[in-house]
Amino acid sequence: MRFIFKTSYEQDLRLAKHEGHRFWYGLLGLFLLAAPWLLSEYLLAQLTFILIYSVVGLGLMMLAGFTGLFSIGHAAFLGVGAYTQAVLTQMGWPFPLAMAMAGLLSAAVGVVVGLPALRVKGIYLGIATLAFGFIVEEVFARWDSVTGGNTGKTVGAPAMWGWVADSAPSFYFICLVVTVLATLACLNLLRSPTGRAFVAIRDSEISAQSMGIHLAYYKTLSFALSAALAGIGGALYAHQIRFLTPDQFNIIQSIDLLLMVVIGGLGFIHGVFLGAIFLIGLPQAISVVKDFLPEAIGAAPGLKAVVYGAVLIAFVLFEPMGLYGRWLKIRTYLQLFPFYRKGMFKRQKSFQKSDRLK
Amino acid sequence: MQFLQLVISGIALGCIYGLIALGFVLIYKATETVSFAQGDLMMLGAFGGMVCMTVLGLPFWLSVLAAMTAMGLMGLLIERALIRPILGQPAFSIVMLTIGVGYLARGLITMLPGIGTDTHVLPVPYKDALLQLGGLIIPVEQLMVMIFTAVLCAALFALFRYTKLGIAMQASSQNQLAAYYMGIPVKRLNGLVWALAALMAAIAGLLLAPITFVHANMGLIGLKAFPAAVVGGFTSLPGAIVGGMIIGVVESLAGFYLPEGFKDIAAYVVVLIMLMVKPNGLFGEQLRKKV
Repeated sequence: MRFIFKTSYEQDLRLAKHEGHRFWYGLLGLFLLAAPWLLSEYLLAQLTFILIYSVVGLGLMMLAGFTGLFSIGHAAFLGVGAYTQAVLTQMGWPFPLAMAMAGLLSAAVGVVVGLPALRVKGIYLGIATLAFGFIVEEVFARWDSVTGGNTGKTVGAPAMWGWVADSAPSFYFICLVVTVLATLACLNLLRSPTGRAFVAIRDSEISAQSMGIHLAYYKTLSFALSAALAGIGGALYAHQIRFLTPDQFNIIQSIDLLLMVVIGGLGFIHGVFLGAIFLIGLPQAISVVKDFLPEAIGAAPGLKAVVYGAVLIAFVLFEPMGLYGRWLKIRTYLQLFPFYRKGMFKRQKSFQKSDRLK
Repeated sequence: MQFLQLVISGIALGCIYGLIALGFVLIYKATETVSFAQGDLMMLGAFGGMVCMTVLGLPFWLSVLAAMTAMGLMGLLIERALIRPILGQPAFSIVMLTIGVGYLARGLITMLPGIGTDTHVLPVPYKDALLQLGGLIIPVEQLMVMIFTAVLCAALFALFRYTKLGIAMQASSQNQLAAYYMGIPVKRLNGLVWALAALMAAIAGLLLAPITFVHANMGLIGLKAFPAAVVGGFTSLPGAIVGGMIIGVVESLAGFYLPEGFKDIAAYVVVLIMLMVKPNGLFGEQLRKKV
């Protein structure tokens, strides 16, 4: 059991709260830096995907986990970023500028979606974003001259001012840098007044409003930031996957993204990374296990959907705080060792909160 | 004439959307949760009917009844096993849960050997029959959709208006706690509402099957029922049917008069406009949350 006695405000604001944090995150950082030399090419590609999905997930976590607005069309922002990147790099823009533009354009689209979202809440917002996602997907498919339509569009390696990142490790390092920067930005945002306002809106809109938080402004901001991160993630995604088609950004992708933040743990930054590892790792795990299953089950095409559905149901029923929540419980158990009680994280039984008047 | 023809086929498709949307609205009114699994329940219903007819060899009406009963029980089971334990949790957990149920249903159907991955034709007795009415040509399948929707609406109306059960459902959807205090078994009613919604989905599936085909992804049409429910106002039963018809007609007209591609997104454009102009829908109640 570790007790931290805070003696200054500066200590309270620090990102790494104690030596343990510094040690473990340092170790993680070292591993990530050394990864290209430690992992095989295939595993490195998977790790790159995890980093890319983490960036997108950070955006969605900002929106869903910290502001309480759920988007069932987030793949659309991913797509806007990816296609912007594809078009701009084709025109010869250097990689960082194109990526910034991808983020900005995505954010602009996010504001456009966010504006009607201010009038609606709860499930209506979900349906509005769902509708938006479908429309954007159709635009990708029909706007042949820019997106290449259903035949797809190829994307080159990231290039900037004479340097081309055409090897897997060099692109991995680009993703690593972007992910670390995005994570630090999110962490910093969350301990700033803006981040506090987001969390206040999530916990209760009415009380946030009565504390003087401008709901419209902060909700739109949250949408814009979330879309920007998704756009940046999309830019990286375009370079990693090298070939864009509209159906990569369909409703299934949107639901995958939601699944990622829900299974990772809504409302925790760590949850994003755990969720991304889960999302990328699950198909691999399934393909490994497949060989040991009887032919009728292992070779069936629906296996993946069944596993996804079952895992999702199990998490919502038994572990609503997600993978990170599970880790928190294990950690508390170890810290308190013989004194952990079963009911410590018990969900409060509450009456159904009604959105209705009566 | 062509216009009228388009409108009629639009209404027929719209009735399907409306029937699925009715399921959403019933569940939403009763439990304030939104079920994303409704489309997949519809798919299960269609598959159930098909298996009864082709594999078990039951006559048409018997297999329809069997599929409806099976889906009703399925609805009860889903409510009891999955929804009830997490009632009171944030609405979004339940949405994710129903998405999970949808995935599971789709996956399990796909895993059925020999049946799951193919598209099937539902051998209904009125297949491919046409009805000539003046200059109009109406496929009997579409006519059946409309007739069944009308009958179902009348039955629902009677249920909610004249039976004790329906009135109890109304009471519990208006205020669960007060209804509970009045001695209404709210939990059991919620189960029944899920059963009713699943049953409705099964009917929608059986009606849709002759028009399209029976396949594992036919449930995706359920996503178009959301716009229908929103246009009608998410809390109104007649609104769901009217909303469904509006969406169906708009889609059908857009498919003919507008450039290619607009047909698929017409429903979503309509719903976005609706949310901007009148977020509570055509028949929705104007509600404001108080502290």
